[in-house]
Amino acid sequence: MRLILDIAVTHIVGRGRQTLVAILGVAVGVGFSVAMAALMQGGQDDLIAKLVDTMPHVQITDDRRTPPVQPAELAFDAAAIAGLRPREDRRGIINPTAAFAWLKEWVPGRVAASLTTQGVVRYLGRDVGATVVGIEPKAERGVSSLVEDFVDGSFEALDVGGNNVVIGDRMAGRLGAGVGDTVTLVSSSGLSRGFKIVGLYHTGITARDEHEAYILLKSAQILDARINVVNEIRIRLDDPAAAPAVARRAEARLGYKSMSWQEANEQILEALVVRNVIMYTVVAAIMLVAGFGIFNIISTITHEKARDIAIMKSLGFSRGDMQRLFVLEGLAIGLAGSLLGWLLGFALVYALASVHFELNAGGRELTRLPVAWEPLHYAIAAGFALASAAVAGYLPARKAARQPPVDIIRGAT
Amino acid sequence: MSPPPALIETEGLTRILPEVVPVTLVEDVTLAIGEREFVAITGPSGSGKSSLLYLLGLLDRPTRGRLRLAGIDTDPMDEAARAARRLAMLGFVFQFHFLLPEFSARENVEIPMRKLGRLSRPAIRDRAGELLESLGLAGHVDKRPDQLSGGQRQRVAVARALANDPPLLLADEPTGSLDSQSSEQVFAILADLVHGRGKTVVAVTHDLELAARMGRRIHLVDGRVVSDERISAAGPPG
Ligand SMILES: Nc1ncnc2c1ncn2[C@@H]1O[C@H](COP(=O)(O)OP(=O)(O)O)[C@@H](O)[C@H]1O
Ligand SMILES: [Mg+2]
Repeated sequence: MRLILDIAVTHIVGRGRQTLVAILGVAVGVGFSVAMAALMQGGQDDLIAKLVDTMPHVQITDDRRTPPVQPAELAFDAAAIAGLRPREDRRGIINPTAAFAWLKEWVPGRVAASLTTQGVVRYLGRDVGATVVGIEPKAERGVSSLVEDFVDGSFEALDVGGNNVVIGDRMAGRLGAGVGDTVTLVSSSGLSRGFKIVGLYHTGITARDEHEAYILLKSAQILDARINVVNEIRIRLDDPAAAPAVARRAEARLGYKSMSWQEANEQILEALVVRNVIMYTVVAAIMLVAGFGIFNIISTITHEKARDIAIMKSLGFSRGDMQRLFVLEGLAIGLAGSLLGWLLGFALVYALASVHFELNAGGRELTRLPVAWEPLHYAIAAGFALASAAVAGYLPARKAARQPPVDIIRGAT
Repeated sequence: MSPPPALIETEGLTRILPEVVPVTLVEDVTLAIGEREFVAITGPSGSGKSSLLYLLGLLDRPTRGRLRLAGIDTDPMDEAARAARRLAMLGFVFQFHFLLPEFSARENVEIPMRKLGRLSRPAIRDRAGELLESLGLAGHVDKRPDQLSGGQRQRVAVARALANDPPLLLADEPTGSLDSQSSEQVFAILADLVHGRGKTVVAVTHDLELAARMGRRIHLVDGRVVSDERISAAGPPG
């Protein structure tokens, strides 16, 4: 085996330029596969991270999934009532304190209750429709990603004296109001009250930046004339993947619609599955093309060695020796190419990751190309390259080694 | 003097290529070659000389007939056994040198020895050097084939054929592509192998003058042996 290895090394080193081309061929294939996979995976990870980050992992609202059973259905077997919609219930979540306490007991994460209503924010005669969310600042910190998006002030500022509100920067722009100004909030029940702006945030999502206002839960309950009412409980989990299970358990016990982020984004996640299929197809196609390239280069080299195979066999080498020799040569080229390809792939991914974009379309800003640093991509690309290289050495060598050496020797003389 | 024990024995050795129209390369060759013989195989071009040598060298399998090497029937041998025999018992010198192009003269000679694995690495290295030196290649051991002349290459090929000290050397027109001076040199080496080192050499040649200086001449026509004569006063005339 030592001899075979020495012969392989001499062959590879002796063919300097050819070897270099083969190694570069492998490297390019591996490098681009890695970069492509990093880009595709990165895009997906980024999208999911944004989904998971910007919304509660589980959202319990005062809705019910099925309308309440009607007395007629209880009284008559044949009665069937379709198309019923649950009546809007101004009472919100029944007994919210108990529900909240029960959730806090077992949920692996943080829980916050709120009252969400529709209203209007008014300043100097200008009106902007808004979703007014009543929150408890301390609890809200734990469930909302909004804390990271403040450009001025914070949730905590809501607690400091009087009636305070935080709004998005776009709403502030539309109203022409800034921090320190007092705006009027009008609730759907017609009550209104003045609130001082103590914070501005910018999420990048237009709907939120323009049409949301946060006030204290107590203020919201007073404004909407629903004392002690809570109509939404939001949960942020340590492990976002556990959301469906938590949602199921909460719904089974409380009876209220509990929606995991996966359920809320079902369509997006389904689209991601399609995207995944496309991604794997594209990466597989690149690898396949690279694999063919690798196969082509190495099998050409092996073909050219048919005469040497005949010579070595005539000297007394076995068929197996010859196959091992060329598989070894293929693997060596594949290995060198893979290592170089890793460097190339890493450099490409690095370059892609440092590209900056200034994008301001669709209300979302993308400042950096998301890429995934995934060792698995490197392993798969190298594995594929090594396999093609080994096969590329093996197949022609097997053919040449099976042929009786005289066939080649006769032809060569 | 009793006849030397047969190193090669053939019986009705025949090789037919199974083409659409079958081509008969060698037909019904029966002969015995003993130890320390210096045999010339002659015949017109295309008469099957090379084909016969390939059969004797276990590079090809006969369609019919028997071949015994050192008394052992080669017919039942599988590919691995034949390869092992080629490695240890046979040296082959082709008309074209057939050296491995990426390896130096020394490495080309070392490879069969390393494959056989009977000697240590330093011993192999020494022996390769000695063989090349004894063939007048002292200054050329580290050159690659493309840096050597035709005669030098052919002598490296002889050194490689002798690497594992085989009792039998088969040479296919070893001087065919050489100028007269190189060809004389190579012939002298072959003659010395027989007379000086006790080897058996079977060499194909179409040079009748050279053939006359060998111990025995087997003449082929159309794959058949038409004459097999011992040349009595075997030795270089003049
Ligand atoms: N692969 C082949 N296909 C057809 N004919 C062949 C093949 N190889 C050799 N021959 C023919 O077989 C005959 C014997 O060839 P060879 O043994 O090389 O003769 P020599 O060495 O005496 O010149 C020649 O007529 C040659 O043309
Ligand atoms: Mg010939």
